[in-house]
Amino acid sequence: MSDFILLMISAILVNNILLIRFLGNCPFLGVSRSMDTATGMGMAVIFVLTLAGTITWLVHTYILVPLGLEYLRTIAFILVIATLVQFVEMVVQKTAPALYEALGIFLPLITTNCAVFGVAIININEGYDLITSIFFSFASACGFALALVLMAGLRQRFALVSIPKPFEGTAIGLVTAGLIALAFSGFIGLV
Amino acid sequence: MSITDEFTKGLWQTIPPFRLVLGLCPTLAVTTSGINGMGMGLATTFVLVFSNLFVSLLRRFIPSQVRIASFIVIIASFVVIVELVMQAYFYPLFKILGIFIPLIVVNCIILGRAEAFASKQNPLASLADGLGIGLGFTISLFVLGCIRELLGSGTLLEIPVMWSSFEPFTFMLKPPGAFVALGILLATMNLISQVQARKGGGR
Repeated sequence: MSDFILLMISAILVNNILLIRFLGNCPFLGVSRSMDTATGMGMAVIFVLTLAGTITWLVHTYILVPLGLEYLRTIAFILVIATLVQFVEMVVQKTAPALYEALGIFLPLITTNCAVFGVAIININEGYDLITSIFFSFASACGFALALVLMAGLRQRFALVSIPKPFEGTAIGLVTAGLIALAFSGFIGLV
Repeated sequence: MSITDEFTKGLWQTIPPFRLVLGLCPTLAVTTSGINGMGMGLATTFVLVFSNLFVSLLRRFIPSQVRIASFIVIIASFVVIVELVMQAYFYPLFKILGIFIPLIVVNCIILGRAEAFASKQNPLASLADGLGIGLGFTISLFVLGCIRELLGSGTLLEIPVMWSSFEPFTFMLKPPGAFVALGILLATMNLISQVQARKGGGR
């Protein structure tokens, strides 16, 4: 059990998927302008990433490996993720309209979120077993949500201050992300 | 717009990842040296050019309801080609770029160009657009890689260029340095554009 706790701490704080591994940076800068969208996106990613991590692991182990088709991994995974996102969107819309209201617009965006695809590949490259893959996917997604919410909290304050003109918009966002990443570097050596 | 315009617009007007804020993950992750940046840029350019060409050739046959899925399959096929070719002939670079090679498939620049440009234009214009945007991306990655390499390890294209007592600024090679360097580079480009606009427009 302690292995899993260490894995979670490592995935959330030490090797944060956004700030240290650099996966999923487009939504990180795109939807971090307000707290509401950041929480919505964070929740959607936790949900989809955990599912996608599990299913791609199963597809790889029980379909691609027995048939000797590992080189088709990229195509297979992206199709699985795209289908999964569509499927989740339909299921959530039918069964939980309130949740759909909250996550709705973020679900389609997740198909091209490299965090989802990246974690699926890391699971395979690191040779994780099924349980570890599920934990790692969930923890990575939590790390994503944490960084996104922190960033949104900081960016909301930009509305109140005057920023030098060339830095307006994305540029100041990137510098802020750099400072958050610097803070997260403090966790190196924790695990 | 003429073919030349389609090509050159990718080099300054809409140069990714600065003007089109897309494809940030590879930009930040692999630019620890000029060579790595260029390798990543060229791999992306290859996929972008061929996916643009094929999306454009097939644009009349792809039903619009399933177009995104079709684009992704086209892109993924070329990514697999790049992956296998790099593994066979450029193994050291393949090792360094690692997970970011298969991740070209979810690079939003490529899907963005397929959706916004190639699915509506003729093959020749799409080819020019793909080549222009791809080269723009390669140049951006190369420049960012060179800046980080110069400050972070005191070398340029693996040749030491700084004076002997230069202390490498390793922060630039670490993840936080990537964000800060890209942010400052973006701000510099904004500044240049603003100065140009003031001169030209006479605001």
